[in-house]
Amino acid sequence: MPGTRVHTLRSRNRRQTRNALLFISPWILGFLIFTLWPILYSGYLSLTDYDVLNDPNFVGLANYRELTQDPRVLLSLRNTLYYAALSVPLHVGIALLLALLLMRARRATGFFRTVFYLPNMTPPVAVGILLLLLFNGHNGLVNAVLGFFGIPGPDWTTDSTWIKPGLVLMSLWTLGGSTIILLAALNNVPRDLYDAALVDGASAWRRFRTVTVPMISGTLFFLVIVNTIAAMQSFTEAYTAYFGAGNTTYSNDAALFYVIYLFRQAFEYLNMGFASAMAWLLFAIIMAITAVQYVVGRKLVFYEGEDGG
Amino acid sequence: MASTPILNLPPAAPPPEPPKAGIAPPPVRAARKRRSPAKILLWAVLLAATAIFIYPLLWLLSASFKPQSEVFDNRLIPQTPTVANYVEIWNAAPLALWMGNTVLVTVLAAVAVTLSSSMVAWGFSYYRFRGRNALFFLVLATMMLPGAVTLIPTFLIWNALGQVGTLTPLWAGNLFGSAFYIFLLRQFFLGLPRQIFEAARTDGANDWQLFRHFALPLCKPALIVTLLFEAQAAWTDLMRPLIYLRDSNTFTVPRGLKAMVDQFGFAGNWHWELIVTASVITTLPMIVLFFLGQRHFIEGVATTGVKG
Repeated sequence: MPGTRVHTLRSRNRRQTRNALLFISPWILGFLIFTLWPILYSGYLSLTDYDVLNDPNFVGLANYRELTQDPRVLLSLRNTLYYAALSVPLHVGIALLLALLLMRARRATGFFRTVFYLPNMTPPVAVGILLLLLFNGHNGLVNAVLGFFGIPGPDWTTDSTWIKPGLVLMSLWTLGGSTIILLAALNNVPRDLYDAALVDGASAWRRFRTVTVPMISGTLFFLVIVNTIAAMQSFTEAYTAYFGAGNTTYSNDAALFYVIYLFRQAFEYLNMGFASAMAWLLFAIIMAITAVQYVVGRKLVFYEGEDGG
Repeated sequence: MASTPILNLPPAAPPPEPPKAGIAPPPVRAARKRRSPAKILLWAVLLAATAIFIYPLLWLLSASFKPQSEVFDNRLIPQTPTVANYVEIWNAAPLALWMGNTVLVTVLAAVAVTLSSSMVAWGFSYYRFRGRNALFFLVLATMMLPGAVTLIPTFLIWNALGQVGTLTPLWAGNLFGSAFYIFLLRQFFLGLPRQIFEAARTDGANDWQLFRHFALPLCKPALIVTLLFEAQAAWTDLMRPLIYLRDSNTFTVPRGLKAMVDQFGFAGNWHWELIVTASVITTLPMIVLFFLGQRHFIEGVATTGVKG
C-alpha cells in the first residue's frame, strides 16, 4: 500500500523535524531574546536620546552626526586602530616563530607548549595590573632589564607616547594560544611535501616559503582575522590599568580604546543612544576590515585542491 | 604517555597525512653538520621565551610575600618573606564572599552552556530537516557580531527583569547555548559513527535517551573542553560584573580586584602589596584549573584553530 508508506514517511519526517527543533529550541529562544531583539532595539536606540530613567526620545540621525564631531570618538578609534595594527602582526609573527622553533624541540615540545600557554590562563584584570607593575617607569622590571643592557627605558605607563606600545607588549604575553594553534597546523603539513622539496634540493628557507607557508596560510589567515576582531574590541587590560573610579592622577587619553569609551558613554554617563550609535559604527568598521582582509586573504591563502597560491 | 588526541574532530579539508611529531627534519647528515650553533640558538630562544612567559607570574607570586616597602624591589626571593599580606587582605576586602560568588557563577555558567550547547549541537548534527543548513549558518553568523551591539539592550532586558545587581545576568544567558561551543560539539557529534544510534534506536531508545545515554557519554572529551573553556571565561570576566554588580558584597573576584586597584592603587593609598596578593588569589584557581585539564585545554585550543 504505497499510500500508507508515503504517509508514515511524511509523519516520520515531521516527527524528526519536531524533535530536531526541540533540541535546537534553547538556541532559537536565545537568538530571538539575546541577539535578534537586541540588534533591532540597539538600532532603534541609536536614533534616540536614552538615559534608562526616561523614555527614549527620538532624535533621528543626531547621534551619528555627533559621532563625527566628538573628538574622543576619533581619538579612541585612532588608539584602537594603532593598537590593532601594531599588536596583530607582532602577535601572529612571534607566535609563528615560536611554533616553528617548538617543532624542533622534539621531546621538550610538550613542556614548552604548557609553559607558553600558562599566561593565557591569567585573568585579563591581573594582566592589566601586571602591566602597571612591570612597565612602571621608575621601578618596573622591564626598565630594570633594559637598564641592564644600558638602554634607558621610557615611562611606559604615564608617557602618552609609550602607553600604547606598553599595552601592545603586554598583550604579546598571551600569544601562547596562537602558538599552539600554529603548532597543530604545522603538524598537519604532510611530510612527503618536505621530502619532495628535499629531493628537489630546496634550501630550508625555500622549503619554508614554498611548503610551510602555503600549507598553514589558512590558519595564519584565521589568526589574523580573529585577533584583529579581538584587538578592535580590546577593553579589560587597558580599562583595569588606566580607568576606573580612582584614577585622577594622570591623563589616560592614550589608552582610551573604542570599547572603553563606548562603555563609559553607556554605563558611566548613561548616554545609551549615543553609545548604541558607537556600537553600530564599530560593527561597520570591523566588517569593513574583515572584508578587506578576506579579499586580500583569498589571493594569498592556499587552499588544498586548488591550483596554487 | 603518547599524545593521544582527545578531540578527534573530522578535518574540514581532505584528511592530510596523520600528524607526525617534528617538522620534516633535514636529512640526518645536514642536521649533524649544523647541530651545535643552530641547536644552541634554538634552546637559547626557547629558554628566553620561557622566562618571559613564566617570570611575570613568579614575580607576582614573590611580590605577594613581600612587605609594602619591597614590592617593587624586583627580587625573585623576598628579602623579608611574610604572609602578612594574605592575612591583611581578608580584612581589607570581603574576599571570601567574592570567592563564593565567583565559584557559583563559574559553575552555573559552565554547566549551563555545556548542557544547552550540547543539546543544540545534537539537534544540528543527528537530524536532517529543511532549513537546517541555513539555521546553522545563522548560528555561525552570530559569532561575527561584536558584543558591543547587543550590550545595551541585553542590559535593559536584565534591568526590566529586576536582575541588575544580582549574579543572574553573569550566567543565565548561557542556558541558551553559545555559538562557538555549538560549533565545537557539532563537529564532534558528526564524527561519531551513525550505526551506534541506529542500533540504539532499534533497541527502542527514544530521541531523548539517544542523546542522553548514547551521544553525550561518547562526546565526553568535547564536553570537558566546553566546561573548562567556559569556566575560564566566567571566572575571568570583568565587563559584565562591571555592568551588573553594584554592591561590593556581590562582586566576583576580578570585579573586586578592579575595585582594589581603584581604591589601593590610584586613590593614593598605594597598597600595591595587597593588590598583588589579590591578583595571585584571582589567578591561582585558573592555574590549578589548567593543570587539572591541561591536555584538554591544549587539544581544545589546537582544534579551534585547525578549522581555519
